[in-house]
Amino acid sequence: MAEANHYLALAAVLFAIGLAGVVARRNILVVFMCIELMLNAANLTFLAFARAQGTMQGHAIAFFVIAVAAAEAAVGLAIVIAVFRTRGTLWMDEGSSLKG
Amino acid sequence: MADRAELLVFWILAVPLLVSAMGVVVSRNPVNAAVCLVAAFFFLAGIYLLLVAHLVAFLQVLVYAGAIMVVFLFVIMLLAVREENLKEARLKTMQWAGIAGAAGVAVVVAQAIEASGRMPWKTVSPEFGTVRAVGRLLFTQYLLPFEATSVLLLVAIVGAVVVAKQRI
Repeated sequence: MAEANHYLALAAVLFAIGLAGVVARRNILVVFMCIELMLNAANLTFLAFARAQGTMQGHAIAFFVIAVAAAEAAVGLAIVIAVFRTRGTLWMDEGSSLKG
Repeated sequence: MADRAELLVFWILAVPLLVSAMGVVVSRNPVNAAVCLVAAFFFLAGIYLLLVAHLVAFLQVLVYAGAIMVVFLFVIMLLAVREENLKEARLKTMQWAGIAGAAGVAVVVAQAIEASGRMPWKTVSPEFGTVRAVGRLLFTQYLLPFEATSVLLLVAIVGAVVVAKQRI
């Protein structure tokens, strides 16, 4: 049957995969990619509900999520480059000087 | 009949999507992870088409698979990333706990979806999800967030240059 539940479940699994990647991986680039996965899972939820409700507000929100993801990728990768320049590594555990 | 066809296409797209998403998490080389992510974005765009979100599906391919992933690959190439070896990639207890937490999130959300009952599709107009309809929405009801997004992107561009440049 065509219904939103399948799509919502798919989004939940996708989000969980992204979350597992964020906590399990130590390479900061891969962590960024997993964050993109989680943002996409949120987008999928918005679009599934938009289809179920028959309104297009979810499409507008998904548009904004994509724009925010683009901004996040630009700034985040700039920070990655800056960290790599000062520390020479991409491992998240190395950048712990703020830990006290 | 149409329902069954939609469900079939859904599974044809959903299974490779989850496989490539897993590939992002488990692949040792960041380049492989990036390629898996591009594949996942394409399958996701197909699922968006299934949800009658044409504009968002095209934006997904153009912006995500096109622009954002190119930036990712550029950074990977620039930083000459080495492959992770097994010793470094060994999972600590905290990370196992995190993975268990992620699985817990999936289970809880699945329960919530189960409990909320079936949500069948509403019939939609042929305009649903087209550039014209979504664009009209963006330029009327969502005009202020739309303009704020342009400022956000400008700030992100300037911020990226300031952060990444050695000397300004």
